[in-house]
Amino acid sequence: MAGLDLLPALIDLGAVLLLALGIKGLSKVSTARSANGLAALAMGLAVLGLLIQQPLSPQAWLWVAIGTGLGGVLGLITAQRVPMTAMPETVALFNGCGGMASLLVALGVALFSPGEGSSGLVEQISIVISVFVGAITFSGSIVAMGKLQGWIDTPGWTQSTMRHAVNISLAVACLAGAIALPGDMAGAPLWVLVVASSLLGIGVTLPIGGADMPVVISLLNSYSGVAAAAAGFVVGSQLLIVAGAMVGAAGLILTQVMCTAMNRSLVSVLFGGALGGAAPVGGGGEEAGYTRITSCSAEECALALEAAERVVFVPGYGLAVAQAQHALRELSKLLENHGVEVTYAIHPVAGRMPGHMNVLLAEADVPYEQLLEMDTVNPEFPRTDVVIVLGANDVVNPDAKTDSTSPLYGMPVLEVDQARQVFVVKRSLGAGYAGIKNALFELPQTAMVFGDAKAVLNGLLTELRSMGVGKKVAA
Amino acid sequence: MSALTQALWVLLLGSLLGLELIGKVPPTLHTPLMSGANAISGITVLASLTLIAQANDQLPLLVLGSLSLGFALFNVVGGFLVTDRMLAMFSRKSPRTGGTR
Repeated sequence: MAGLDLLPALIDLGAVLLLALGIKGLSKVSTARSANGLAALAMGLAVLGLLIQQPLSPQAWLWVAIGTGLGGVLGLITAQRVPMTAMPETVALFNGCGGMASLLVALGVALFSPGEGSSGLVEQISIVISVFVGAITFSGSIVAMGKLQGWIDTPGWTQSTMRHAVNISLAVACLAGAIALPGDMAGAPLWVLVVASSLLGIGVTLPIGGADMPVVISLLNSYSGVAAAAAGFVVGSQLLIVAGAMVGAAGLILTQVMCTAMNRSLVSVLFGGALGGAAPVGGGGEEAGYTRITSCSAEECALALEAAERVVFVPGYGLAVAQAQHALRELSKLLENHGVEVTYAIHPVAGRMPGHMNVLLAEADVPYEQLLEMDTVNPEFPRTDVVIVLGANDVVNPDAKTDSTSPLYGMPVLEVDQARQVFVVKRSLGAGYAGIKNALFELPQTAMVFGDAKAVLNGLLTELRSMGVGKKVAA
Repeated sequence: MSALTQALWVLLLGSLLGLELIGKVPPTLHTPLMSGANAISGITVLASLTLIAQANDQLPLLVLGSLSLGFALFNVVGGFLVTDRMLAMFSRKSPRTGGTR
């Protein structure tokens, strides 16, 4: 008998070990991919261990098959189809579904109390936490996804103090439901809790501006870990508690990293509303804010590139939206063949999520070691001939260093203003994601190249090829 | 040690482990890590399966459990695959650049 009890326990321990090794391995480029596989294997082991411990009836197997078929196939299709630019939205969607799963488990236990005996206080508390966190994770993630996709706007009322009143009332409703729940497990308090928590998730996510959304997704990712751990308490699975706790802690660390990179405190992200999202800040919202703009053609820009020895590209999300990574890679290959030293400056929050830009450039086959992090590349700018900013804005704003009245003040930025010549490729003079005027555009060494990033890059390629750049070496 | 205290210890140690494991990640890997960690949080599949196993063939519980399993597996399968897609793009050039250097 002892041997039979031991086996599932050993499988569980093995799963926890693999899970921990997986998370650790994900922190190194060389091991990350196998670590991801390791974590997936751990998940499979955990399921196996559970099935040994709790045999299923034939009817139960049928329902397992239905759920597995639906979720597995949809997950498979989504993972293969989704473009890399939409990664933040995708993580938000997956994350929301994880929250929903915890919510449904807690609902099942609360409504039909499977297993034997009356539920104790611990189980009731776990159900409350699982429902509350699960519902917030789900509705919050879906709103975050909708905002990133541009499906949902930021309504005006959410930018007034009214939102605090609304959210506080919702929180009070949650609390009331939670307190009344033990007396009536399957009745009104449960539904009050479900509805109020879901609305609260919407209420706290809706006011947050798009620029801060990665922080929210990361935080919600942490919540889904908490929801999983709470579900672990509900069904009495220690493995679930460990894994949930690990993911919860991971999400918190990552959230903190992102806040630091953006010079935003978590409190101001969560309660400060959209940073200039609804109303222009300091009159910088529209084109009227700029007075000393120099614009130039692709031809002039190509001439400068042809003469340069050292070129740094600063890619931003605009580049990815224009699907111009591949054109950029082609341009940099051409310049490299011409003997130009080409690197890419990656701001920690370039793209829509930390590390997002690295993924997008990797997709376009940009060699890993050409991607320079902010601290490495900043001392290099004074000896850089040409900087080309592609669809990045706030992360190159020199006001963040010099103007203490700027909302960006204190945020670490790429010091491209130190370079000899700066070209900014941009569709118009509209404000950046944070809605703030960029002092870089008015500097004497800066010229604007107006146009879609992909069109401009292709124009540059044509110009450079007609000048005969890159031909000799290639032949 | 009661089951509750034991579970609380597990919670505490798991959290501490998570903090330690994830403290030192290069920014390049933050997006894949977030997506990978997200896939792991889909471990709620265990809760869904437990719900189905303890349902005693009551239909509402089976349906709820199955739904929950579907959501969790969407998270797990999608999460791991999409993370792999991202990481595959990093690793496919590591050997090549290693060769040219």
